[in-house]
Amino acid sequence: MKSLEDLKKLRDSARQMMHLREGGDSVRIVIGMGTCGIAAGARETLAAVMQELERLHLYDVVVTQTGCAGFCDKEPLVDVILPGQPRVTYAKVDGERARRIIDEHVVNGRVIEQWVIER
Amino acid sequence: MAFYRAQVLVCGGAGCISSGCKAVQQALIHEINKAGIDEEVKVIETGCIGTCELGPVLVVYPDGTFYQKVKPEDVHTIVEEHLVKGRIVSRLLYKDPLTEKTIPEYTKISFFAGQTRVALRNTGVIDPSVIEEYIARDGYAALGKVLTEMSPEQVIDEISRSGLRGRGGAGFSTGLKWRLTAQAPGDEKYVVCNADEGDPGAFMDRSILEGDPHSIIEAMAIAGYAIGSSQGYIYVRAEYPLAVANMQRAIEQARQYNLLGKDIFGTGFDFDLEIRVGAGAFVCGEETALIASIEGNRGEPRPKPPYPSNSGLWGKPTLINNVETLANIPPIILQGSEWFRQIGTEKSKGTKVFAVAGKINNTGLVEVPMGMTLREIIYDVCGGIPGGKQFKAAQTGGPSGGCLTADHLDVPMEYDSLVSLGSMMGSGGLIIMDEDTCMVDIARFFLDFTQDESCGKCTPCRIGTKRMLEILNRITRGEGKEGDIEALEALAENIKKSSLCGLGQSAPNPVLSTLRYFRSEYEAHIREKRCPAGACQALIVYAIQPDRCRGCGVCARVCPVEAVSGQPRSPYEINSEKCIKCGLCREKCPFDAIAKH
Amino acid sequence: MIKLTIDGVTVAVPEGTDVLAAAKAAGIRIPTLCYMEKYNEIGACRLCLVEVKGMRGLLAACTLQASDGMEVYTNTPAVREARRTNLELLLSDHPQDCLICVRNGQCELQSLAEEMGIRRQRFEGEKSAYPLDHSTLSIMRDPNKCVLCRRCVAVCKQVQGVGVLGAVERGFDTIVAPEGGCLLHDVACVLCGQCVMVCPTGALAEVDNTEEVFAALNDKSKHVIVQTAPAVRVAIGEEFGYPPGTIVTGKMVSALRRLGFQAVFDTDFAADLTIWEEANELLERLNNGGTLPMITSCSPGWIKFIEHYYPDLIEHLSTCKSPQQMLGALAKTYYAEKIGVSPEDIFLVSVMPCTAKKFERARPEMVGESGLPDVDIVLTTRELARMIKVAGIDLPQLPDSDFDSPLGLSTGAGVIFGATGGVMEAALRTAYEWVSGEALTNVELEAVRGLSGVKEAEVKLPGTDITLRVAVAHGLANARQLLDKIRTGKADYHFIEIMACPGGCISGGGQPRPADVNEFNALREQRIKGVYRADRDLPLRKSHENPAVKELYDTYLGEIGGERAHHLLHTNYTVRGKYLRTIRQH
Repeated sequence: MKSLEDLKKLRDSARQMMHLREGGDSVRIVIGMGTCGIAAGARETLAAVMQELERLHLYDVVVTQTGCAGFCDKEPLVDVILPGQPRVTYAKVDGERARRIIDEHVVNGRVIEQWVIER
Repeated sequence: MAFYRAQVLVCGGAGCISSGCKAVQQALIHEINKAGIDEEVKVIETGCIGTCELGPVLVVYPDGTFYQKVKPEDVHTIVEEHLVKGRIVSRLLYKDPLTEKTIPEYTKISFFAGQTRVALRNTGVIDPSVIEEYIARDGYAALGKVLTEMSPEQVIDEISRSGLRGRGGAGFSTGLKWRLTAQAPGDEKYVVCNADEGDPGAFMDRSILEGDPHSIIEAMAIAGYAIGSSQGYIYVRAEYPLAVANMQRAIEQARQYNLLGKDIFGTGFDFDLEIRVGAGAFVCGEETALIASIEGNRGEPRPKPPYPSNSGLWGKPTLINNVETLANIPPIILQGSEWFRQIGTEKSKGTKVFAVAGKINNTGLVEVPMGMTLREIIYDVCGGIPGGKQFKAAQTGGPSGGCLTADHLDVPMEYDSLVSLGSMMGSGGLIIMDEDTCMVDIARFFLDFTQDESCGKCTPCRIGTKRMLEILNRITRGEGKEGDIEALEALAENIKKSSLCGLGQSAPNPVLSTLRYFRSEYEAHIREKRCPAGACQALIVYAIQPDRCRGCGVCARVCPVEAVSGQPRSPYEINSEKCIKCGLCREKCPFDAIAKH
Repeated sequence: MIKLTIDGVTVAVPEGTDVLAAAKAAGIRIPTLCYMEKYNEIGACRLCLVEVKGMRGLLAACTLQASDGMEVYTNTPAVREARRTNLELLLSDHPQDCLICVRNGQCELQSLAEEMGIRRQRFEGEKSAYPLDHSTLSIMRDPNKCVLCRRCVAVCKQVQGVGVLGAVERGFDTIVAPEGGCLLHDVACVLCGQCVMVCPTGALAEVDNTEEVFAALNDKSKHVIVQTAPAVRVAIGEEFGYPPGTIVTGKMVSALRRLGFQAVFDTDFAADLTIWEEANELLERLNNGGTLPMITSCSPGWIKFIEHYYPDLIEHLSTCKSPQQMLGALAKTYYAEKIGVSPEDIFLVSVMPCTAKKFERARPEMVGESGLPDVDIVLTTRELARMIKVAGIDLPQLPDSDFDSPLGLSTGAGVIFGATGGVMEAALRTAYEWVSGEALTNVELEAVRGLSGVKEAEVKLPGTDITLRVAVAHGLANARQLLDKIRTGKADYHFIEIMACPGGCISGGGQPRPADVNEFNALREQRIKGVYRADRDLPLRKSHENPAVKELYDTYLGEIGGERAHHLLHTNYTVRGKYLRTIRQH
């Protein structure tokens, strides 16, 4: 490390690693991981979400799971919550839809209305 | 860098290691691999989270769920339910001892919510073995700031303005100490971190060294810049192997990143550190004894003045700060003295870490703003006293301090108020005592410690504390006599006034302070041969109350020395000559017929 | 200069003066126990406590620097109470068997108790209970009488450069002991006894051999004889009320006769003899390319020191036995033959200023041709004084008398062996005349006299191209300086005198103790003056002029440095090393 600039660079990249623990305002993606969700392929959805986030270096997005929401036939369900905005729930999110949701909704803030079942 | 959706923090402090966190951690890694989520979930070993009573503990992020007393066999459920399905395992959650409600979220637990973490800002949050995690939380930014933007005088001014006082004992102004060392003539100067934490029960320094070693390295480098030193020593006791190992690794990492060594941040400033391991003598926490020990001599204090700021290590000006004090330095530099001054009271700025132990629901480390009352610490932060017992007293300042009573529950905990009550802040030991604690016995306990730890150099401490202990031993055995209290007072006053170092000068404090507030307990022991708290074994008498005894004979059967006799269905009797006061009969009596006085 | 007031008295002292010294300058006595100027300023005993306006608690005057405008109080109720309490605490952990203690009447703890008017025992409790250390032939340790002043530690380490004593254990269990809590025998102690000289109590004392001497004197089958070392005569008077340095040789000889010794010999005779052999050895080494510098071998503490700490330099030692051992060897051969008594029936007692002589006597190298030790018992000066008192002999009232022949005649050169530089001066008086053939007019070599730690001189030997470069060290820490120079090849001396004890034998570990350790150097100077006075008072002042020695060579030994002389008067040394216990385990 030669200068304060080097330190700042290192800090910024290291911060991503700490983000989960720091909390604060961040995008949350919640995946239904109840028995019904997993049966409907929620694990693949989760994997796709994570791969896409990593590909786009979106380390500050928080991914959590939740249980059955009562719409078992619409699983896998995925919620996207942007800071300061209400929750948007997407239905039947497979890997392909998950990637699209991230690209459109998380990155560009455009809700993909046709997949939304609740907001 | 890989993306993880969850991180599980496992407390790896020495306390949790003792309660088995390593097995839990291994089980966790095993179960995560088995569930095939090892690329989604990361396990991080952190330093002490502070809730030592509850260990081993896990915190699962991003939601911050706090699991306590986790056993290896619980791990499977946590992984399957929480990490795979997102369902919290409520049976392992923390239950508030007062409201009996379970609280899943770490930050909502009053023990954590009531704290203000400055010195402990990183412990339990970062992985101490990863320097990047420290840097992510603005680590070394304060060092960068002082080296590029501030003159040494400005650094000292900033620390002085913050009002920071030494956290290791007497509460001397840190800024003034820095200034005196900076002004002392001499080309060669040293920075020493006093990590010879010795108060029984206090372990905040260990926790910082283990859980946030880089904060100490950074602070020492800042101090080195401020006073004009390029070499520091960390004097840590050999009984802290994890602290030594973590600190050693941190030093090596800092050297690799050139945060220690030559020309730091390209500013021309050189600073390096060495660890010196001490053998854990209590007296080596006294700064001149510490210096003697680093120099390779027997750890004995020498008279002051001269103070180390003028003549310390190898006769050179030396700045000695304790671990917790140093841990406050980087935040003061980064956030400014004004921010720091807003925490605490007029004369005691910032926070203090207390090691709360004894008769208290949540034992462990808590960092609270100076001036918080004892009541708030005990009841709001630490969950009150177990078993519905009454608070009787709290010992602050460890063996050098004194006790506070129920009358002092609303006194702000700060340096000066404690001194005025005959106690002291010390390093922050806080031992809570309930109605079952005998204050004479407590005084005896602490004096036993200090007289044993006396270096033996000066007469009053070497022989005087021994004579005091002998008197206290007699009193608690029921062999006290008239004049003992006066002899204790005379000895105590003399030892305080005439001992060579702080150890001796403060050794009588527990006796003086219990005499001040609980004199009647001493008198009861001496005159009535009675221990009001029922704690001094020699003074306890077990007696069967005939009106309650149904003559079942359980007491006679469990008595290991055949001291109980009687006929079935008529009241039994205890032969007090034979009785060894084990209390087994009382414990086993189905009718509560056995009284203890 | 700075000005301060002590008990209202204003006093001006140089900057850097401690309050203790400032008080002394103001005519105020502050009691001390652990304090030893320059060597032991540690503030441990807490008897010199004073109050200072504006400073918290009570402070030790011995470690507190006086500062301008300071207001010191030495006689307040708080100060008196604290000093007394601390003294009473010391007494509460003391055997208090004063009536039967070796220091009865000469004990600093006793004096302090008297001075502070202690008339009651407020504190009682457990007392230290350690076994006595009788492991050496020279020094006895009674840790139970130790007050932990650590003056012995300071002397051992700083004055003698030995450092085998230190504090061990902690708290009430702390004792001053040989390193690691071993017995004295098990560490590389040189038995010089300087610790004994500064011990304020009976915790360190000489091993007492007086009973054995009384027993021998009562044994009619023995021919019991005695020799007295040069330094004894200028010091033993102190035990009988004479001022230090008073020469009481004649009265001492009379007292020895009264005690029943059948012949009283003078170690000074052997000192003269030593010069014949040693000067000869030096000249031989100079001429034949022997190991130089040559170092004297009279002081047994010094010999033990080099054997432990500089065994690689043993070759530098003169092979001459010490005067005590030379006289011993002659007593059981030359003298025995002369009076026709079998060596087995001769019992030779030495009176020495030295505790290490008790060890030297028992060295295996010091067994004579009859298979008996050359010297049977060594008494220190203090023990002899005790014997004289026990025997009811009123020394001051005795007439003077002379030593017996043939081992009693000596020169001034023999007497000055007792002071640092004396052996060097005596050797040079002889070497000068032997080499140059010229008479030395001024025999007094001032350059090697006095108390500076290392002294150097150059002496041109007339008629030759030799300029002898010599050095003298006394006190083993000073000796280390010279030895380190030799080790690193930086010592271009021909001849070095080393005496273990500071000042030389006059303040050896067996001499009467100083009344005040902080006036020790003044006492040394007075005794040294006595030595040089005794030299001046003698008609002969050069060893080679001693007719009795000449007769010894003529009638018995033959050649100087010859075979017989070598056999009786020279010795060899033992490599010992520093870590005895380890060595023994291997």
